[in-house]
Amino acid sequence: MAETDSGSGFHAPSISEFFPPAIFFDGTPFEFNRIQLVRVIVTVALILWLWLSTRHAKLVPGRAQSIVELALDFVRVQIVESVLGKTAGRRYLPLLTTLFFIVLAMNFAGVIPFLNIGGTSVIGLPVVLALIVYVTYIVAGFRKHGPGYLKISLFPSGVPPIMYLLITPIEILQVFVLRPLTLALRLLANMMAGHLMLVLCFAATHFLFFEGGGLIPLTGAMTLVGGFGITLFEIFVGFLQAFIFTLLAAVYIQMSEDDAH
Amino acid sequence: MDNYAELTGNIATIGYGLATLGPGIGLGILIGKALEGMARQPEVANTLRTNMFIGVAFVEVLALLGLIAGFLFI
Repeated sequence: MAETDSGSGFHAPSISEFFPPAIFFDGTPFEFNRIQLVRVIVTVALILWLWLSTRHAKLVPGRAQSIVELALDFVRVQIVESVLGKTAGRRYLPLLTTLFFIVLAMNFAGVIPFLNIGGTSVIGLPVVLALIVYVTYIVAGFRKHGPGYLKISLFPSGVPPIMYLLITPIEILQVFVLRPLTLALRLLANMMAGHLMLVLCFAATHFLFFEGGGLIPLTGAMTLVGGFGITLFEIFVGFLQAFIFTLLAAVYIQMSEDDAH
Repeated sequence: MDNYAELTGNIATIGYGLATLGPGIGLGILIGKALEGMARQPEVANTLRTNMFIGVAFVEVLALLGLIAGFLFI
C-alpha cells in the first residue's frame, strides 16, 4: 500500500498499487496475488449471500429474501424489461443479472476496510466481462438475422448510398472494436481512479498527522474528511458503473436483435 | 549551450489536464439539458435521469482515458 516508512517523505500512490507482490505461483500466468484473493473472497461471499438468503424461499418473504428479491427486481424491471421487452428479455435475464451482481460486488470490495482493492480495478475482470457481452451480442445478431446481420448493422437503411463510404467504416469500428473496448475501459478506469483517490486521501492523512509540525496536522483532518467523502462517492460510482455496464450490455443486445431502423 | 529554462517531470500530467476540458464542458451541457427537461416536465423526470446517467457514462470514459493513458506511458 502507500504507507510511508517513518520520516522519509510522502509516497504518492502509483500504478504499482495495482500490482502487489504474488502470494503463490510467482512469475507464471497463474500468479495469485492480493487482488486475486479479493476476487475469490468476493465471489464466495456473493454466492453465500444469494444462496443463504433464498434457501427456504417462502411466498411471503422474510427480510433477507426480500432484499435479494428487491435487487433482482431492480435488474429485471429497470434494465432488462425496459430495454429488451418481456419476451426477448427473458432469454438474457440470467446473464445480465449475473453481470450486474458480479460488477457490483467487485466494485464494492474497494471500500470494504480490509479488502481495500476492487476486483475490477485491474484489467483482467473487465476484459473478461466485456468479451462475454461482445460474444453475446454478436451471436444474438447472427442468430436473429443470419448473414443479413452484417448488412443491417453496417449499412443502416435510409441513407443515400454515397454516405456508406463514411458511415460503414465508422460502424465497423463501432460494432466490432469500440463497444467491448469502451465497456471494459469505462469500468476499469472508474474503479482505478476511485481507488487511487482513496489511497491518496488516506495516505495524505497519515503523512500529515504524523510527519507534520506545528499546525499541519489540522490539514490532515481535512484530508480525513475528504477520505470519508470519497468513500461515499466510491460507493455511488460502484453502483452506477454496475448499472451502466448492465444497461449498455442490454442496449447492445437489443440493437443487435432490432430489425433495420 | 546553457539551459535557461528547464522543466522536469511527467508530461502526462499536462495531458491529463487537457483531457478534462472537453468532458467537463460536455458533462455540463448534458446535465444542464437534463435538468432543464426535468424542470419543464416533472413527470418524465425518472426517464430523463436514467438517460442522463447513460450519457454521463459515455462522456466520462473520455476523461478517464486521459487519466489511464498517463499511467500507461509512465
